[in-house]
Amino acid sequence: MRLGLVIDLDTCVGCHACAVACKEWNTSGTTAPLTDYNPYGAEPSGVWFNRIRHYEIGEYPYNKTVNFPMSCMHCENAECVTVCPTGASYKRSEDGIVLVDQSKCMGCNYCSWACPYGARELDRVSGTMKKCTLCIDRIYDMEIPEEERQPACVLTCPAHARMFGDFDDQESAVSRAVRERGGYQLMPELNYDPSNHYLPPRVHAPIPVDSLRKKATAKLKEWVNRVVER
Amino acid sequence: MHPALAVIFLTLFSGGGFGLMALVATVNDLQIDGGLNPLQTLVAVLLSLLLVTIGMLSSTAHLANPRNAWRAFTRWRTSWLAREGVVAVLFYPFAIAYLVWVHFTDAPTAPAGLALASLAGGLGLVTIFCQGMIYATLRTIRQWNTALVPVNFYAMGLASGATFLALIRMALGGKATFLAGLAMALIIAVAVLKGIYYFWIGRPSGPTIHTATGFNRSRVRLLDQGHTFGTFLTQEFGHRLPREQALGMKTVMYVLAVVIPLATLAVAVEDTSALAALVAAVSVISGIGVERWLFFVEAQHVVNLYHGRQRC
Repeated sequence: MRLGLVIDLDTCVGCHACAVACKEWNTSGTTAPLTDYNPYGAEPSGVWFNRIRHYEIGEYPYNKTVNFPMSCMHCENAECVTVCPTGASYKRSEDGIVLVDQSKCMGCNYCSWACPYGARELDRVSGTMKKCTLCIDRIYDMEIPEEERQPACVLTCPAHARMFGDFDDQESAVSRAVRERGGYQLMPELNYDPSNHYLPPRVHAPIPVDSLRKKATAKLKEWVNRVVER
Repeated sequence: MHPALAVIFLTLFSGGGFGLMALVATVNDLQIDGGLNPLQTLVAVLLSLLLVTIGMLSSTAHLANPRNAWRAFTRWRTSWLAREGVVAVLFYPFAIAYLVWVHFTDAPTAPAGLALASLAGGLGLVTIFCQGMIYATLRTIRQWNTALVPVNFYAMGLASGATFLALIRMALGGKATFLAGLAMALIIAVAVLKGIYYFWIGRPSGPTIHTATGFNRSRVRLLDQGHTFGTFLTQEFGHRLPREQALGMKTVMYVLAVVIPLATLAVAVEDTSALAALVAAVSVISGIGVERWLFFVEAQHVVNLYHGRQRC
């Protein structure tokens, strides 16, 4: 098995709900807590497994805002594991999930240097490295209904921009989505072979606005607006 | 990269210490310049051990959870950091044994002593290589991901070691024409190799904001990084140095690590002045300290592409 996420950049609305749900679940999960520093002060900071950036692609008027959630990519060539001197970082052979054994980590930061995606953050209070667990304490929990055995970020996403599944299974939803929508990996040139894939925004035909005939009521409204403005 | 003093001191002092031990072994093995007398050998090995220990202790200050530091010796099969730890610890018994041997026998060039010294020196050289590889293996930082990094670590460890050795020899009343010449040759090697390194990292290469986001055919610009204040990522990797400031620091580095040591070593040989050699040693180690600081500040991690940089 090769578990991972697919992020749909076409539908992501950038609401940060995935990051909040992640923080809520994991702050009492296996690598808990996700410490906050100065949360109500002028300079709030803290440990998050999920961060969302916002980019502008292209130039006006052909530009587009793309919201960009990032978490651990659970790479096949996980250099963070290779460089770890203590054996705290490991990649599970059965499902490819990369984890940090909190009882072994000495907090040297070396794994975070090796990660190109910024997936690892040091918790200054526990002195250990923390990262996305792919909600390992949810996805294998036989006590909850099967449809809920998914990472918290995937369950909470209101735009269904996140998918969870097995990339080794060619017919899984994630494999099909990557195949059909041209899913890609970030910074492939570094050869980390990340499991998580990103679906590019769909290309839509532009909606013509100038050539449309305007309705009479719209024309009236425009005229009224002009008059009132004067 | 955040220039953490603990990590800078690790490679700076232990590099000099290992270089010194390797040169003590070489000089005594080959009887260069008549070899070192017992007192000179004792002081040199002691200084080497002191420098290595300062480096090792300061590196533990970098750990957020030092309770688990002992585990860092376990993953030597894959991690250069673990290998460095293992080899550095192996260095100690041989260096201490040589120290004890010289103290009790007064025969630093006896075969058994030389075997110990050579083993310690060899392990020191291997440790310098491991230290260089800690940085050189990271594909995420193009300024580090080059074979020139361990090469530079060697040049600087040996150059500072040779300067220390020349100082010890002169302070304890010996002629050090050859040792000072060796130090000067190594310092010139440092200047050349560091120049090649700066030329190499000056050329743009590696990932860009386009490959980081997958949008390869249009302009990409960060609108918002999603947090109001810094994170671990911006604090650890966000450092950068304006070009003029970097140039200024490099000038300071070259003056301290190359120009002053060369001049003072020349004076030291001419006047057999141990004071001039001391100035050279202090200058070379502070110059390499500046170099190590630059090495960290100039390293641009690719995660910065997710915080607004167009390229690293």
